[in-house]
Amino acid sequence: MYKAEVRGPLILGNKSYRQITSDIIAPIDNPTPIWWKVAMGISLFAAAWGMVALYYTVRYGLGTWAVNNSVAWGWEIINFVWWIGIGHAGTAFSIFLLILRQKWRTSINRAAEAMTVFAVICAAIFPAIHMGRVWLAFYIFPYPNTRGSLWVNFNSPLFWDFIAISSYLLISASFWYFGMVPDFASIRDKATSKVKKAVYGLLAFGWTGSSREWLRYEGLSYVLGGIAAVLVVSVHSIVSTDFASSVIPGWHATLFPPYFVVGAIFSGFAMVMTLMIVIRRFYNLEQYVTDSHLNAIARILVFISLIMGTAYTTEVFIAWYGGNEYEMFTFFHNRITGTYSFMFWAMIICNAVIPQLMWSKKIRSNISALFVISLVINLGMWYERYNIVVTSLAKDYLPSSWTVYSPTWVEIGIYIGTLGIFVSGVLLFFRYIPMIAISEVKSVLKPTSLTKYSRNH
Amino acid sequence: MEKKYWKSLEERNGLPVENPGKMDEDASRSLLELINEEIADKPSSRRNFLKFAGFSFATVAIATSCKNPVNTAIPMLNKPEEVTPGMANYYASTYFDGQDYSSILVKVRDGRPIKVDGNDLSSFNHGGSSARVQGSVLSLYDDGGRFKAPMIGGLETTWNMMDLEVGKKLTEVAASGKQIVLLASTIISPSTRKVIAEFTAKYPTTKLVTFDPVSSSAIRQAHQELAGQAVIPDYHFENADVVVSFGADFLGTWLSPVEFSRRWATTRRLTEEKKNISKLFVVESCMSLTGANADVRLAVKPSQQAAVILNLYNEIAAANGGKTFTAPKTSVDVKKMATALLAAKGKSLVVNGINDPALQIITHAINFMLGNYGTTLDLGSTLNLRQGMDQEMETFVQDLEAGNVGAVMFYQSNPGYTYAESARILQNLKRIPLAVSFATAQDETSKACHYVCPDHHFLESWNDAEPKNGMYTLQQPTIRNIFNTRQVQDSLLKWSGSTSDYYTSLRKTWETDFFGKQSKYGSFNDFWNHSLQDGVFEPQLPEWSLASLNLAALDTAAVKAGSATVSADTELVFYENIALGNGSHSNNPWLMEMPDPISKVCWDNFAAMSPKMAEKLGIATGDVLYFENEKLEIPAFVQPGQADGTIGIAYGYGRSNTGKVADGTGINVYPYMKAVGGFRAFSLAVKEFRAIGNTYQLATTQMHHSMEGRPIVRETTLEEWQKKPAAGNELHEEAAKNNFTLYKEYEFAGHHWGMGIDLNACTGCSACVIGCQAENNVAVVGKEQVAMTRIMHWIRIDRYYSEDPENPSVYFQPLMCQHCDNAPCENVCPVSATNHSNEGLNQMAYNRCIGTKYCINNCPYKVRRFNWFRYATNDAFDYNQNSDLGRMVLNPDVTVRERGVVEKCSFCVQRIQEKKLLAKAENRMLQDGEILPACAQACPSGAIIFGDLNDPESRISKLYKNERNYHLLEEIHTLPSVGYLTKVRNREGGAEA
Repeated sequence: MYKAEVRGPLILGNKSYRQITSDIIAPIDNPTPIWWKVAMGISLFAAAWGMVALYYTVRYGLGTWAVNNSVAWGWEIINFVWWIGIGHAGTAFSIFLLILRQKWRTSINRAAEAMTVFAVICAAIFPAIHMGRVWLAFYIFPYPNTRGSLWVNFNSPLFWDFIAISSYLLISASFWYFGMVPDFASIRDKATSKVKKAVYGLLAFGWTGSSREWLRYEGLSYVLGGIAAVLVVSVHSIVSTDFASSVIPGWHATLFPPYFVVGAIFSGFAMVMTLMIVIRRFYNLEQYVTDSHLNAIARILVFISLIMGTAYTTEVFIAWYGGNEYEMFTFFHNRITGTYSFMFWAMIICNAVIPQLMWSKKIRSNISALFVISLVINLGMWYERYNIVVTSLAKDYLPSSWTVYSPTWVEIGIYIGTLGIFVSGVLLFFRYIPMIAISEVKSVLKPTSLTKYSRNH
Repeated sequence: MEKKYWKSLEERNGLPVENPGKMDEDASRSLLELINEEIADKPSSRRNFLKFAGFSFATVAIATSCKNPVNTAIPMLNKPEEVTPGMANYYASTYFDGQDYSSILVKVRDGRPIKVDGNDLSSFNHGGSSARVQGSVLSLYDDGGRFKAPMIGGLETTWNMMDLEVGKKLTEVAASGKQIVLLASTIISPSTRKVIAEFTAKYPTTKLVTFDPVSSSAIRQAHQELAGQAVIPDYHFENADVVVSFGADFLGTWLSPVEFSRRWATTRRLTEEKKNISKLFVVESCMSLTGANADVRLAVKPSQQAAVILNLYNEIAAANGGKTFTAPKTSVDVKKMATALLAAKGKSLVVNGINDPALQIITHAINFMLGNYGTTLDLGSTLNLRQGMDQEMETFVQDLEAGNVGAVMFYQSNPGYTYAESARILQNLKRIPLAVSFATAQDETSKACHYVCPDHHFLESWNDAEPKNGMYTLQQPTIRNIFNTRQVQDSLLKWSGSTSDYYTSLRKTWETDFFGKQSKYGSFNDFWNHSLQDGVFEPQLPEWSLASLNLAALDTAAVKAGSATVSADTELVFYENIALGNGSHSNNPWLMEMPDPISKVCWDNFAAMSPKMAEKLGIATGDVLYFENEKLEIPAFVQPGQADGTIGIAYGYGRSNTGKVADGTGINVYPYMKAVGGFRAFSLAVKEFRAIGNTYQLATTQMHHSMEGRPIVRETTLEEWQKKPAAGNELHEEAAKNNFTLYKEYEFAGHHWGMGIDLNACTGCSACVIGCQAENNVAVVGKEQVAMTRIMHWIRIDRYYSEDPENPSVYFQPLMCQHCDNAPCENVCPVSATNHSNEGLNQMAYNRCIGTKYCINNCPYKVRRFNWFRYATNDAFDYNQNSDLGRMVLNPDVTVRERGVVEKCSFCVQRIQEKKLLAKAENRMLQDGEILPACAQACPSGAIIFGDLNDPESRISKLYKNERNYHLLEEIHTLPSVGYLTKVRNREGGAEA
């Protein structure tokens, strides 16, 4: 049995094992709530708008966007990096805490992983759709061919990107799915309807719960976790090389890989916080996702926020210290001041200043405040990417090519569409998959509930 | 076990059944029958189903993947000797649109002219050309604008019908004694003049009225009064050490800019031997191309020009001991100008673009005093361009209104648009018996004419030209007339009752008039063929001299100039746009989309005002202005260098009934350019104007105008350069020192192509931009897309300002792909669509490109262009690539790019390959200078050179060793293959005033 002298109980309410199962799978068994239907309607509408925007893009060309011959990347790359960042948290959360044997993660990791999968799916839309000839996207696969053989350019960060994202998606989806197998089995066992039994039975892979299965299950999660831990770091490092390996002032920085990884975890954790607060509120799971969980996330966010602040300062410092006039211009005349100063200061305030409020215990225990701060951080992270992608391109080396960029409805539409896809995915997850890893949560029940365990099981 | 039945013993024992007839039958049956039978025979098992389904799919897949047969190929049974499919033919010809002249070389591929360049055998342009010349080929394929057949009253008809009707009317008019007016812009063709003479013989009341919308009649008038000849002298800028220009944009639009650009550029080159450059003073109101290239530029109101000129005259006259006049005071200090001119006596030149005879008289008197006649001013080979005298036109309009005119025929002339009070002409055209338009394409005048007898396009015509006294060129058809058109000369000959056609009469003229002027060729046929092949015939001219001037004319002029009217608060100045000229090219999408070299605006004209004035009035670029008295509504544009108190507006815009490109773009300002004292005025004092509150979007290709202190265009002064040739280019040495890499560098075993641009010779005229567009099938994208920074040009001319916004120094820098040997674009492409050739070219494989646009981002020069839409065969981009005829202009050697791929300058790789193959076929080495990219070929001043860096003797290798040479952004180690020579201005220290 798990004992924690320092920390309080991880699950409140003196739950029994049976109660845990029924609490958690209640949303699956209960009739669909109205708010869910409404939310689903809205997000499907948003997704549909995104589809229309995508149709326009593919039918008429990238000209339907506002990107141009100076700023060739706009919202789609901002959103790509943003989504990938959010997609970091789930895996980072589960894996790092798993490896560090932080058991409190158990109530949260499932939702976080689900979020990862949907976020990475949203992210993966952008690199494909921003291609001028998406129908030839397969050229990016290094497949043997009769053209000579004509290979892809292994030096290109975009090719690295493609490998990194696809492997990340594969590993995090497997990690998420295999983690759910025991829970699907629980649902299967409790299911009354035939269809439900069949569907969850298929998903459960014939799980019987034997100790050998548990042994292999644990083993697999450590193996996948080990691979995923590397990927968490590599994915965003590689995404950052899209920028870092270029010659564009404001992009060309060795700081980028760690800066991007930390930033990604930052936005991901903030998104986890947002989601957990929603889950607690709508599914009455306060006893599983306790205040202390949120408190722990908040503390991590404060710490990461400090790293972000340091990174921002370092960037500016190096621009000055390096003495390169183009870098100097980008940072001092095009970010701190100039046309895009709003984006820069929004980034600083949202990411480096506002999260510092969470030093206060009062704020950490105020759920509404945490909710707002978590949203602010994600907004701030969006501005960060805007700041990087657009400002550097809009004013780079030759002033003759300087231009301005603001998105069209198509670009906004695609973004809204991915939000819709993400939210509807998360809603489906709420509805049809146990939001909390039942089997894992059971393992962190406090000794205080032992008596109950022996009595009621 | 199934029971086995058998028909014969052979069958039972598994031996072959002998039935020869069956085999034939099988073979004759069609495949489908066989299949049918097979299916019918076989039991319908799953296995069989899959087998046949598989076969059907495979068959369909193979059948559909086969190439469709070509249905419309025509075998060339009788191949003309000189035509090889896939090889271009070049024909020397002549370009003359009534205003600009060029001797040209037309490239014809598979029977269609696709490119026009300057004729290098002509002493007029030495192979250079202008944007308008480069763009002229597109007007041949303007199927929306061109007339397709003769028309009577708007209905198509036949030429026989036309001849019958017009002949009848002409006879009637001639009988009534009323005038038959042939209204034309300047005619420089001797043979056409003969045809007109023949016509006049038949109809004696015929009168030729020459109307040039942008006339230089004041220069002719001045020489009439001073020297007794109404001529325009030839201006030899190449002999001038000091040039002073009063509003004459001789590098852009004035008289003969292609020729003058070359001449002036030769005086701006610096070599080992030639360590001096000329000095250019410009006094003007609008920032012109010439003003932008000036060493000293002064911005004054048009009304103040008289005082400046007169003061300069007085300075020169005082130093020369000549007669001085009382001159109004001027804020401009003319002393420095006068000192410079006096120091370069006989090697200086004062030019004046103001259409006022008094000022022209004073200007040319200055030239006379400086002894410039005979050195920089040439009265021997006088210009035949701009023969129009504005007074003639005024007389014609009065005659027309008075009812003295019975017939008007418009040849290369569109007064319905270009004449200030066009209504006075158009309204009367309905009343007179005969109004004929010879226009090739629809225009404002042809709409009002009952009879339209469309002329051939100049690329379909026979003609000759005498642009200067003693310089003859021929024009030959390069394609059979596309539409049912007829040359004007043929129409006139027909109506004169002549049986000969124009070709015969042209040959006759050359035989009688020109053959005798040479002794090289013994037979006329020889002479004709050689002249036709060369395109030019330039016999020796007799000597001439100018001993004295008629000083009485000077006295009157000086008095008139001295009493010039007091200047108004605001003066409108009308100037000519580099691309569109007088408006006759407005329906040409290439030229319409060419950014103005100074303002960088295309698709519109605008009211340019100085930053100071705009600030004072609270007006920003795009605010719509309204001029109360003139009823003129036009968007404002803040233009550095515009004289304070003046508003500059380009003419040539705001056309109607012309075509999809020109109609409705910009505002027509010809109505405000009325004649004053018999000479068309290019400025107008205005009283009241205000911003009405609307804004209007102007499409510009450059939004930022300062170099931000970056070493982009490196410059120095002549004095500094003479002390140290690397002056202003110190960074180059530093960058070369830091030029170190850990990585393997490219090795170029064969050729290593490089380009060099002399920023001192480049005037910014943009001929290269259109030349490149024509050569490389660059798409036109329209105003909206240009405004979104999506113009497709492969070469652009960056223009920067420095110093005082009221009168800035201007810099031009042509920028194409730099073909970096360490190209940032290459290593980021995930599919290697852009890569490096073993000759140093940065190449694009369009069919490999998937359009990630990463290369565009990572290009520090931002020269890569993305196909945001499908620009060819797309109704949303209804320009030249959207019709079969328009697409005829496409260069078959260059791919038309698909939507979604990146494109950029290729150094005209198709031309490199062509010349390489030619050299190989002839088993010889490539000559330096043999390969000419389109931009280098188009450049009138020879600023762009191209060659092999591996050849130490090549011009480009030598240029790279020049201490003025630098590479753009060389500090970021991209190793560009384009070098720039620093700009050297002939001024002391910073800007002078």
